[in-house]
Amino acid sequence: MFDNFLEGHEPMSDTPFVVVEGLHFSRGEKEIFRGVDLQIHRGKITAIMGPSGTGKTTLLKLIGGQLYPDAGRVCIDGEDVHRQSRKALFAMRRRMGMLFQSGALFSDLSVYENVAFPLRVHTDLPESMVRDLVLMKLEAVGLRGARELMPSELSGGMARRVALARAIALDPELILYDEPFVGQDPISMGVLVQLTKRLNEALGLTSVMVSHDIKETLTIADYVYVIADGRVMAHGTPAGLDVDQDPRVSQFVHGEPDGPVPFHYPAVDFFTDILDAGGRR
Amino acid sequence: MIRHITHLGRRGCELLEALGRAGIFLFLSAVGVPSREGWYLWLRQMHFVGVLSLAIVLVSGLFIGMVLALQGYTILVDFGAEQALGQMVALSLLRELAPVVAALLFAGRAGSALTAEIGLMKATEQLTSMEMIGVDPLRRVVAPRLWAGVVALPLLTIGFSVVGVYGGYLVGVEWLGVFEGSYWGNMQASVEFIADIGNGMVKSLVFALVVTWIAVFQGYDLVPTAEGISRATTRTVVYSSLAVLGLDFVLTAVMFGGLS
Repeated sequence: MFDNFLEGHEPMSDTPFVVVEGLHFSRGEKEIFRGVDLQIHRGKITAIMGPSGTGKTTLLKLIGGQLYPDAGRVCIDGEDVHRQSRKALFAMRRRMGMLFQSGALFSDLSVYENVAFPLRVHTDLPESMVRDLVLMKLEAVGLRGARELMPSELSGGMARRVALARAIALDPELILYDEPFVGQDPISMGVLVQLTKRLNEALGLTSVMVSHDIKETLTIADYVYVIADGRVMAHGTPAGLDVDQDPRVSQFVHGEPDGPVPFHYPAVDFFTDILDAGGRR
Repeated sequence: MIRHITHLGRRGCELLEALGRAGIFLFLSAVGVPSREGWYLWLRQMHFVGVLSLAIVLVSGLFIGMVLALQGYTILVDFGAEQALGQMVALSLLRELAPVVAALLFAGRAGSALTAEIGLMKATEQLTSMEMIGVDPLRRVVAPRLWAGVVALPLLTIGFSVVGVYGGYLVGVEWLGVFEGSYWGNMQASVEFIADIGNGMVKSLVFALVVTWIAVFQGYDLVPTAEGISRATTRTVVYSSLAVLGLDFVLTAVMFGGLS
């Protein structure tokens, strides 16, 4: 399983690295996915976009094997994620990195120890080499100087950069980003956008990015899937989506407040509601 | 009426499902050989759940022993049997009070902390990110805490008993004037190692497993919101207290009630 990553990444090829086929998933009564098909190619940044609440994070958890679909399958490098034993699944995850919305750093470990964590648990490298690797990863995200800090002392943007350094500590082949740009000030947003792009090129990563920050995502993504109502509504290159005529795609890509996705939550007619007070709420 | 029956049925199913989940959870986290790192993590947890609970357990033990001697003396002295004070203090502590009270204190002090800690790790996605790094949180986070609890509580119970007996001595002998020789002598003659100390330790071990299991499971299984954490912490204390008291009755019936 580690052969690929020890000998360097496989050359880019046309077979998709991640294939999602006919994915169905529901949570309680609510149907979240009704047949989602995706193909994620090696070495590319693929963005999965869609309005809030369409289950984008759920999709990442399905790809990472944390949730099980009701039907359909997810294959990574030809292997079905959901047909692995617990042990094989954990081994598979060593080839993936995931960046969480909150950073999800271990609060009892320092920045240095957080980045060293995957190296310590999965390799037998001597301490001096662990140190070199950790410093390299921290240097890549520009936080080598912050290595002694605890996660509680970091700003949101810094925490996300440390989490990124931790996610790439084992040189994964696939990296999953969950809303990497949410709640960032313009400077840290710019830093994160550039970092994501640069890392993807330098390390030959395959990236899957879930986001609804349209502008930033479209500047770095190679391919975009738009998900709504449990299905893939549109997909294509960023340039292609920008000129898409479908009113739903256009509303989302251009950020119009009202359109096929209504501004109002479904309710009875406003005037009927106002006049029919009767002491009720 | 039908609605109430369906509701009852649903609650029953939910309860069974939760019990099943808790069982699998216990199996997955408790079974397995710890790595060298695992020993270190266990030792660290021993400090958190064991050493840091020492003060509250020992102080409570002292007071309980003192109260036992005081109450016992006022009753025994009516029958002129105050020489049996040592026996009474030691037996009540070893058989009942030390395992039960130490377990209740442990649930409040360490159990609730375990639930809140694991729950907060879940809410901040630390457990998920650990899974994504390829490390099983059941082995890394839960197992050391579970085993630390199982080992720490019986040790704390021993401390509780020792300090309690000493508290009884302070009040009975030093203050109320019971003859020192009869306090210790009667105790020595009547306390049996297997029947009293051994059974008390078995109780304590059972309580330790149940309380820690409830605490870590509640933390791992909670709804990851502020409200969810507060509810789970409360549930840990309530469920483990009830479980300890209920199990104590069952175990006492088997050990001392002639059922065996």
